[in-house]
Amino acid sequence: MKPSGRKVTIMSKLTATPGQTVGPFYGYALPYEKDRELLAPGSPGSLRLQGTVYDGAGHPIPDAILEIWQPDSEGNIVRRTGSLVRDGYTFTGFGRSAVGNSGVYTFTTLNPGPTKPGAAAFISVAVFARGLMNRLFTRIYLPENEEALAADPLLSSLDPERRKTLIARRDADGGLTWDIRLQGEGETVFLDFEGTGTEGAAQ
Amino acid sequence: MPEDVNLETYNADALTEDLADAVTDLHKPAPQAAPAPAPRVETQQDLSAEIKALGEAYAEALKGGAPKETQPRLDFAPYRSSILRHPTKSLHHADPETIELHSPAFGHQDVHALESDLTIQHNGEPQGERIIVAGRVLDGDGRPVAGQLVEIWQANSSGRYIHKRDQHPAPLDPNFTGVGRCITGPDGSYRFTTIKPGAYPWKNHLNAWRPAHIHFSLFGTEFTQRIVTQMYFPGDQLFPLDPIYQSIVDQDARDRLVASYDHDLTEPEWALGYNWDIVLTGSKRTWTENEALGAEGDDHE
Repeated sequence: MKPSGRKVTIMSKLTATPGQTVGPFYGYALPYEKDRELLAPGSPGSLRLQGTVYDGAGHPIPDAILEIWQPDSEGNIVRRTGSLVRDGYTFTGFGRSAVGNSGVYTFTTLNPGPTKPGAAAFISVAVFARGLMNRLFTRIYLPENEEALAADPLLSSLDPERRKTLIARRDADGGLTWDIRLQGEGETVFLDFEGTGTEGAAQ
Repeated sequence: MPEDVNLETYNADALTEDLADAVTDLHKPAPQAAPAPAPRVETQQDLSAEIKALGEAYAEALKGGAPKETQPRLDFAPYRSSILRHPTKSLHHADPETIELHSPAFGHQDVHALESDLTIQHNGEPQGERIIVAGRVLDGDGRPVAGQLVEIWQANSSGRYIHKRDQHPAPLDPNFTGVGRCITGPDGSYRFTTIKPGAYPWKNHLNAWRPAHIHFSLFGTEFTQRIVTQMYFPGDQLFPLDPIYQSIVDQDARDRLVASYDHDLTEPEWALGYNWDIVLTGSKRTWTENEALGAEGDDHE
């Protein structure tokens, strides 16, 4: 096949392969050196993004692993390789952080910029855990720019209590704190991009 | 890389695979005057009955016109650890925006070609049955996902993970770590050489055994396609007994996690071959053929 630029004719729609839990033993496989350092700690513009992952009983989960994917501070979507073997200078926009025994994850990153003028800036998140059957997607919005937050299509479709779960808290040192509650009071909003409404169907 | 692994730094789980304590509470009868009897140990029979009931309820729902399910239930009580870890509100529909319509780029800077062979990471040959696992990563329209990262991890041939919390009294293999990576080719292909993992006992209930499996982690061309899953081997007698595999209540969907034995992949006097293709969720973008062929994400520099 030669690239021709013409539109691809969609022949058939294949059904997606099911997900399964990440299980308990990813710890020797998924983490890698500097996995949570999208920027070198202490470098200009760097900040700490951190939080705790809780279960339905309000207990921290010691075996969850998070991934973040975000634009740079100008809102550019980065297409640079080097997320697994970091050179210490290139911002690739991707990071991975397993939580520690107290359920806390940490990233060193920068404030994402809005990808469109006036849009609310957010970080995309995938959550994995033992006991969690499939990955969950969610977003971390920056708390500033009320106007953009109010106009955001996702946030404005949520009631105020639920909306809060997607907005990070700004720490005194410029960092961000954002907790995940998998279940129960203050349950984080998780996203379905397929629109089928059948993924992870409740019984 | 596997040589550098420090067992003491693993921070994955403090609990092993049983949440028995947390979960038993939910099933305890209300406090009574008389001392409560010791909690009854849950057996495979108990779990199989629960799994069967959920399967039958799904079959009934299908007859009533419910859509076929294609993914695991997030709420699947027979996997006890899921009870406090599934969202109770339905997932909120969102249209993917900007960053979510792109994916992190991985390339040959990130992954060495030798990382796809799990049998050459140490000085000697690992124990067990050498196998080749190969297939293609496709999107929902059958287009190859080129130049993307595939990560795998697994138990050794005796069913033991290199993980300090794995207390299964089966031997570790000094010549096998059980971690591999590769970058898909222009046609979405991946290929690993490894050892067939053993079945693995866990503590979900008494005499619980996981079917042999390899964990797979995949990226697509959009972050919304990100998936972690498990590949199984054909004909495993443990399938009907396993709450994790059975959390996918639809048989056709479950079958999508089972590799096929492929004699064309088998290499003479060397290794048995298994084929497994992975389909990521479809994308809603309008693609041109150039994009579909993987111009993006493959780091030919």
